[in-house]
Amino acid sequence: MASQPAPARAGTGVLGWRPGAADLALIALLLIALVGMPVLNALPPDSGLKLPDYMIGVLGKFFCFAMLALAHGLVWGYAGPLSLGHGAFFGLGGYCMGMYLARQKAISAGNELPDFMVFLNWESLPWWWTGTHLAPVALLLIVAVPGALALLFGYFTFRSRISGVYFSIISQAMVFALMLAFSRSELGFGGKTGLTNFSTILGFSVSDQGTRIGVYVATVLALAGSYLLCRWIVRSKLGQVLVAIREAEDRVRFLGYPADRVKLFVFVLSAMIAGLGGALYVPQAGIINPSEFEPAQSIEVAAWVAVGGRGTLFGPILGALGVNAAKSWLTGFAPELWLFVLGGLFIAVTLFLPKGLAGLWPQVRAAVAKRRGGTDG
Amino acid sequence: MAEAETPTARAADKLGAFAKAAKPGAAKGEPVKAAKGTLLYLDGITVSFDGFKALDTLSLVVEEGDLRTIIGPNGAGKTTMMDVITGKTRPDVGTALFDGRHDLTQLREEATANLGVGRKFQKPTVFEPLSVFQNLELALASERGLLATLRFRLDPGRRARIDEILDVCGLGDLRATPAGQLSHGQKQWLEIGMLLIQDARLLLLDEPVAGMTDEETAKTARLIHDIKRRHTLIVVEHDMAFVRELGARTTVLHQGTVLTEGSVDAVQNDPKVIEVYLGR
Repeated sequence: MASQPAPARAGTGVLGWRPGAADLALIALLLIALVGMPVLNALPPDSGLKLPDYMIGVLGKFFCFAMLALAHGLVWGYAGPLSLGHGAFFGLGGYCMGMYLARQKAISAGNELPDFMVFLNWESLPWWWTGTHLAPVALLLIVAVPGALALLFGYFTFRSRISGVYFSIISQAMVFALMLAFSRSELGFGGKTGLTNFSTILGFSVSDQGTRIGVYVATVLALAGSYLLCRWIVRSKLGQVLVAIREAEDRVRFLGYPADRVKLFVFVLSAMIAGLGGALYVPQAGIINPSEFEPAQSIEVAAWVAVGGRGTLFGPILGALGVNAAKSWLTGFAPELWLFVLGGLFIAVTLFLPKGLAGLWPQVRAAVAKRRGGTDG
Repeated sequence: MAEAETPTARAADKLGAFAKAAKPGAAKGEPVKAAKGTLLYLDGITVSFDGFKALDTLSLVVEEGDLRTIIGPNGAGKTTMMDVITGKTRPDVGTALFDGRHDLTQLREEATANLGVGRKFQKPTVFEPLSVFQNLELALASERGLLATLRFRLDPGRRARIDEILDVCGLGDLRATPAGQLSHGQKQWLEIGMLLIQDARLLLLDEPVAGMTDEETAKTARLIHDIKRRHTLIVVEHDMAFVRELGARTTVLHQGTVLTEGSVDAVQNDPKVIEVYLGR
């Protein structure tokens, strides 16, 4: 932990923007995602290189996971607290989007109530569904609801100086509680089935390939925007304060910084990014249900970040994409092996790549420099 | 908010009100000079942990510009006293005033720090992955709010101030080195530098020469003499040779209270002190 590199400070390049190796790698990745994939998808089916239609949705979901990992890594990698409940924010963002989509479906069918409420013989919309058919309200809720939960949760835990494994356990309990709550149909979110069978988003049919590409592009752009926001924060002096909190929180207080408030700020911001990721996930997955709140899902998020590289922003993105790609490839022919592979990966990374995949390149470069230095002198 | 409910905090509340009512400095049993120029005023501080009294009606007055050394055997309450001053521990009873106006028993760590109380811990705690320069940049006196920190820019004036402090603590050549790679002594100096750049009015140094070589100790003594011209210092130390070298007014703590106070010589020859140190 102590050997993690300090974030370099901005302010010297043009407009404070001096891209590092990780930035360039990410720009390349996002450009491929943004332009390359839709182009490959548009190729004629017999060209051999054609990206199948469903793959756009699969990749889109991966990028949503990347947003979740980025959000998680901002908190864990910089400020220190290990959340094992980030699925809560992802899921809540997803449910807010799900509500919007379910209302769109109902409206297009000429109903006031979403299907599942009709099945339950409910007569009127519960108050907490008010306004959810309006896109701006839905968008607001997508960030506000996860943000509010994070604010409440973070306020009490950080103020009470709960940290380390206790914080992790409580965050896990939070997401578990949400899973139990959302599984009950009385809560009005479709119970265990969740919200599904969507028809339109912003007036476009969700099953249309053009719409899918639109949502996919929006996801990649949202990821890029979130990355820039996080990058700005970790490169500011606040980023140094975050690292300082991770290393010696008490000392930061004695320097006069409001450590609780700083942690709360990044935690809430992280929840909002996770919520946005969850919201973009739902139209691409076609469903949101309480399984998103399963504790194991949230633990897996921490594994993505660890594999990708804690203490960087690029690492979590890389980890989420890599681990999920491996997962979907492997589960294609040997699903029962996946958990063993994930566990093995986790151990291997901890032992051989303490800085994760993102630390591989600097590690290799240092080793090469050392060898070259050795032969020269 | 949560701690406002605890009995200790409620007791502290009452005392805070009491302290406000009573004129600081005019409290009984203290010399009159406590009124003006007193930077730190502790009176009747008692802290107990599960019935064990870590501090027992401790009183201490430090004037602006003083250099004060505090010695005492293990468990005498030196660290707890620092915890009370910096707002980490709330006393059960007692008055703790900073600059005659600020009730330290009501303030949290960050508020105390922003009043101008700087603390160096016994174990050097610098931010290891950050460079020496960044450590000082973090400590540099500036607005500590969230937005101010986010918008902070290192202007030439600030840069010059950091360079100046790098010079004072002799770390100029190591500015880009991650603090984790410094030697033990260098970490201690960096931490003292962080207190200086924080513009703390009162510096609390907890065992600044613990684990240092003789040479490093001598250098630290020179550093402290240099600092005391502009700052008020309280130095807690075990190393008697070092305390001698500082040659300052010395307070001896024992079992959570002040045993005696005076010059180093007077204190060292005090039969009570000898008894405490050499056994009963």
